[in-house]
Amino acid sequence: MSAPLSDFPGGLKLPGHKKRSTQQPIRKTPLSKQLVLPLQQHIGAAAVPIVDVGDKVLKGQRIARAEGHVSVCLHAPSSGVISAIGEHAIPHPSGLSAPCITIETDGEDRWIERRQIADFRQHSAHELRQIIRDAGIVGLGGAGFPSFIKLNPGVHHTVETLLINGAECEPYITCDDMLMRERADGILDGVEIMLFALRASRCILAIEDNKPDSIAAIRYALTGRPHLSQTKIVIVPTRYPTGGEKQLIQVVTGKQVPTNKLPIDIGIVCHNPGTAYAVGRAILHGEPLISRVVTVTGTDVPHAGNFETLFGTPIKDLLDFCETKRQPDEPFIQGGPMMGYSLAGDDLPITKTANCILVGVEDVAPPAQPLPCIRCGDCADVCPASLLPQQLYWYSRAKDFEQTRNYNLFDCIECGCCDYVCPSKIPLVSYFRFSKTEIMNQQREQQKADLARERHESRLARLEREKQEKEERQRQRKAALAASKAAKAKEEGSTNNAESADSVTEEKA
Amino acid sequence: MPIFRLSPPFLAGANRVTIQMLQVLVALVPAVIAMTYYFGPGVLINVTLAVVVALITEAIMLKLRNRPLKPFLSDGSAAVTAVLLALAIPPLSPWWMTVIGVTFAIIFAKHLYGGLGYNPFNPAMVGYVLLLISFPLEMTTWLPVQSMAEQPIGWLSAVQLIFTGQFNGLGIDAYSGATPLDAMKTQIVLDRHPEFISSQELFGMAGGLGWEWINIWFALGGIWLIYRKVISWHVPVAMILALLIISSITTLIDPTVSGSPLFHLVSGGTMLGAFFIATDPVSGSTTLKGRIVFGAGVGILTYVIRIWGGYPDGVAFAVILMNMLVPLIDYYTQPRVYGGATR
Repeated sequence: MSAPLSDFPGGLKLPGHKKRSTQQPIRKTPLSKQLVLPLQQHIGAAAVPIVDVGDKVLKGQRIARAEGHVSVCLHAPSSGVISAIGEHAIPHPSGLSAPCITIETDGEDRWIERRQIADFRQHSAHELRQIIRDAGIVGLGGAGFPSFIKLNPGVHHTVETLLINGAECEPYITCDDMLMRERADGILDGVEIMLFALRASRCILAIEDNKPDSIAAIRYALTGRPHLSQTKIVIVPTRYPTGGEKQLIQVVTGKQVPTNKLPIDIGIVCHNPGTAYAVGRAILHGEPLISRVVTVTGTDVPHAGNFETLFGTPIKDLLDFCETKRQPDEPFIQGGPMMGYSLAGDDLPITKTANCILVGVEDVAPPAQPLPCIRCGDCADVCPASLLPQQLYWYSRAKDFEQTRNYNLFDCIECGCCDYVCPSKIPLVSYFRFSKTEIMNQQREQQKADLARERHESRLARLEREKQEKEERQRQRKAALAASKAAKAKEEGSTNNAESADSVTEEKA
Repeated sequence: MPIFRLSPPFLAGANRVTIQMLQVLVALVPAVIAMTYYFGPGVLINVTLAVVVALITEAIMLKLRNRPLKPFLSDGSAAVTAVLLALAIPPLSPWWMTVIGVTFAIIFAKHLYGGLGYNPFNPAMVGYVLLLISFPLEMTTWLPVQSMAEQPIGWLSAVQLIFTGQFNGLGIDAYSGATPLDAMKTQIVLDRHPEFISSQELFGMAGGLGWEWINIWFALGGIWLIYRKVISWHVPVAMILALLIISSITTLIDPTVSGSPLFHLVSGGTMLGAFFIATDPVSGSTTLKGRIVFGAGVGILTYVIRIWGGYPDGVAFAVILMNMLVPLIDYYTQPRVYGGATR
């Protein structure tokens, strides 16, 4: 029935630890007293507040508008009063603060009026994208790229396949799994809208073979949906990082996304099941994106599970709700154990990209000093991008950034497989990130320097031009002067001649 | 467990340098037992002496270079170098030869280049080659297998011969003889036909009495290492195939220039080289294609040196010569990255 699956090089079989958080259905996190909403929870420009401190807001009311093209709106996750607009700590590895809107909830959780669309096919794709944008929907897989942009094929591209990435290959995380098990219909609603917006016919739902319940739920939901006759489930082998967009495309279609190109360039658009679900809610139910399913798990979480959590909910409340045993300063992970980042404080809000809060892991990487690289090549064997991490490490260490680029540093997806297998326990990904940052800084500096040089050169050119023009004018003036002098002299000369001629005639007379 | 690192990934696999090195040592055990069986306890004495000297030298060098002792002494790399070198030199070599070879390997081939991970040449082979070109006579006279020896070597005689050079008034030369590889080479010079030469008792079934079994045990140990993913199959397979192909071609063209292809496979240091020497990650190629090129190069050079060179065996020279080419091989054998970016 289905074409044989392709494969990507490298990768790892990691212990999944997923059962821990799939024993109970998705539960709702209790409403917190205070919700803190960073204005930037997506890639692109931060949203701009359209409310003032003291304003009363309803659940689902827009509180910040999108700014520029790559941006989305932000909504109040619950009813209450705006208590502050200003800097607040955000869940970012740097530990920095950023502008946030704070809402004191009133406990009523009263919705704003919702505009529901029963038959979205009566609307244009453009209208639907606008609604999706206004609903604040971003990629819920972790990157947070505004979804409406990825639902616009544009005039130059034809989208053949919508790929729903339900691989969820990172250990511990189960939010997509649970969503697919419990809300398969909602996801497929979103898929129909996405296909319509993309003018695509074919959809592939790729799910790793360690999620039989999800596969069964989606399969059941697919029956009796005439618009999804071209939609099929592809069961992919459980292997990290199958859920990487590029890797999944290779597994499912056998094609590779060319370097410096996007999946849409080969006719594929990839979305997360959570995003599809959010699109369905936004169009069919008029609900903007104000909550998401968050996996809370880890060896220190006794009541691990998946929680539908309003954005802005303090991570502390969520962890307390799960009775997490965590030392006050103990860092925890947002995201997965391979590609997530560590956070130190828990007075941080849940945001649109928070798929998992992980407190305590097994097989934890040691803090020990690494041994030198012995060039064993294990890292190259597991690299899904077929890079040579040991060479990249060598040149990163030497700060020979030119060479790191020659060895295709920017094709590294930072999956961490090389780190995981390194017998010397070298933090390779950290080195690669360092090099990437340095190169980008250098490029920025170079651009600035180029700009300054151009400006200086054009100034010199302008001065030179002005000088020449001035000289030219002077020359012209001089020439004009000389000409007029000459003309005068000639005139005088001719009168003299005339006079003499007169005298001659007089003499003659 | 709470996390320690502050940047991802937060997980780590069980793979460790020390574990890899220990597995290499374990994989050598069957061959060491076989060698002791065929050549007497001198093998064990050499191995022990070499390991002790290597660890002491390693410690002194780490101290001089202001490096922490514990992580580097316990990584096992010095012990592996020592054991490989000890297995490559004759079983009754005088103690000072072992000491010179091992200290040279550790000091010059390893630490002066920066220690673990930085040596461009295989330290054990550098030590071996130093001994080979400095003491060619001692290094090329081996022992006959115990069953063929007029006086089998016991513990007492082995200790005395190694540390004093004499036992019952007789020197080492009274006990030693040529290896099958050496004998083949010298007899071919005398215009004897290889088939006739191999029919002598010294040559056993295929690769020399004792030697063939020692090689098989090395190979089995190596296959276990491949199974344990400590080494990859590329280098050994490439080296063995290259050796097989070039010796087959030569034999087809002129059967009088060398022993049979099988003889070359299970004689001398072929299997030790294929599975334990050429697979040294530090001094070898790191790309998959590169490993094949590297292994094939070692196989071809080994054969060329054995047949047309001045020494009976060529594994050590072949490995060192190919070590020199590693940067070049790595450069030209980079894999095609995802998405097709090329350099």
